[in-house]
Amino acid sequence: MRRPWLAAVAPYLWLGLFFAFPFLLVAKLSLSHTVLAIPPYAPQLDLSQGHAGVPAFVHQLSFETYQRLTSDRVYLSSYLSSLRFAGLATAILLVIGYPIAYGMSRFPPPTRQALLMAVILPFWTSFLIRIYAWIAILKPAGLLNAALGVLHLGPLSLLNTDTAVVIGLVYAYLPFMVLPLYAVLERQDERLIEAAQDLGCTATGAFWRVTFPLSLPGVAAGALLCFIPMVGEFVIPDLLGGSGTLMLGRTIWTEFFANRDWPAASAVAIVLLATLAVPIALFQRQQAKVTA
Amino acid sequence: MTRGPSLFNRASVGLGLAFLYGPIALLVLYSFNASRLVTVWGGFSTRWYAALAQDGQMLDAVWVTLRVGLISASAATVLGLLAAVTLVRAGRFRGRALFSGMVYAPLVMPEVILGLSLLLLFVAVGLPRGFWTVTVSHTTVTLCYATVVIQARLAYFDRSLEEAAQDLGCPPVSAFLKVTLPNIAPAVAAAWMLAFTLSLDDLVIASFTSGPGATTLPMRLYSQVRLGVNPEINAVSTLLIAVVTLGVVAAGAIQRRRSVSS
Repeated sequence: MRRPWLAAVAPYLWLGLFFAFPFLLVAKLSLSHTVLAIPPYAPQLDLSQGHAGVPAFVHQLSFETYQRLTSDRVYLSSYLSSLRFAGLATAILLVIGYPIAYGMSRFPPPTRQALLMAVILPFWTSFLIRIYAWIAILKPAGLLNAALGVLHLGPLSLLNTDTAVVIGLVYAYLPFMVLPLYAVLERQDERLIEAAQDLGCTATGAFWRVTFPLSLPGVAAGALLCFIPMVGEFVIPDLLGGSGTLMLGRTIWTEFFANRDWPAASAVAIVLLATLAVPIALFQRQQAKVTA
Repeated sequence: MTRGPSLFNRASVGLGLAFLYGPIALLVLYSFNASRLVTVWGGFSTRWYAALAQDGQMLDAVWVTLRVGLISASAATVLGLLAAVTLVRAGRFRGRALFSGMVYAPLVMPEVILGLSLLLLFVAVGLPRGFWTVTVSHTTVTLCYATVVIQARLAYFDRSLEEAAQDLGCPPVSAFLKVTLPNIAPAVAAAWMLAFTLSLDDLVIASFTSGPGATTLPMRLYSQVRLGVNPEINAVSTLLIAVVTLGVVAAGAIQRRRSVSS
């Protein structure tokens, strides 16, 4: 094709209209205030009298909602606990995901293919269903306590606790951690390890001095791929967490649906986005490097 | 020196898979439990499946979800194909950074933000929320996944084949459709399936952008799940898992056969 950029027109317009432009609306709304009306915010941009409506509209925008966010402790603690949950779950995912990815890459190629498929398959099954499955396991009269009862242990009440949220996060995001790690480990040249061992390195030494440093791009990709969406996770804290489990995704949801405070929901979304801007930019740079 | 999997390697892979599949297996098992309680095995029964067939609201939700999925996945695949062609072949053009940013950002963007921003768009333009707003929203999000899948395949496609067709007098667009597209067809099919599955699965974006009369299956499930464990949900889940598993395994088999024959 002579003018390949022509292909860009449709997806460019689509993403511009349905992805980029709505963010401006979120930003605008975060500067509005709530009113009892439909839609429940003001000011409204009124262009019926021509452009005269614009200055009046801009004049009414304020940072009032953001001030509210800083003064109410709920927002600050849900911000911090989101980062804490996502950070902790990412760390656990690295610790359990790495041995799985590494183990997979050690199998002969046909088995590897099957294992890869087995790791990807749960990703295709519904997220909601996989989280729901944990409710039956973790609830007080659930399967975990039944199993512990046989061993004369427990009972544990895990459902609706922070521990349950971490379990849910780790469970749901495990494929996202394993796949990028596996992708780098699988491509690694085995002769490097042999060379290290020929030069007197022990097997463990070769792992830490050759395999692991070379897999760092996969570690970074996996960590970003998990951390970023987990910060804004809604379903997991809502279904597995308790009423006191605060996470930003849930805060946005509650502000929007329960409190009908659209400006607050938007302001929280903007704060969340600003926080994730750096990791998202890092992730995009990595994607660009991979595809270049 | 042969470096097969050690005992440690086998154990970590085995435990990892057990962790991934255990909860799903339990869910499937208990969908056949005659008892309503999770800890009591009341014998094998298909009563929850029978109850499901009577649940009109649930069936309506399934129907809505399938229609949204079919339309949005198809639109997303077409747009994704165009976006992939752009990213792989257009080289540098003005606005490329913004374009690739818009393609990759939704992959990691929290769904709550995507849902909220799309909803505000629909409210701002005065579009009543319902079937089409969910479909458009799903197209937007899944087209990014479709792009990534197709792009990965297109990057490895040998362009000289397409150029040969053009040298033989084929117009560029038809050379693309007749030579390139059949070659990357498995990736296009995979992209469609991914988009369809993601649409089938989405709760958050649908909740923001849907309206009365367009309740999708995940929204319906969510409202029931909030009330606690219910064997009927296990039955729906099992059916969904079965459909998706069959689809993925079949797609994998087709792709393997193609790669063997080519």
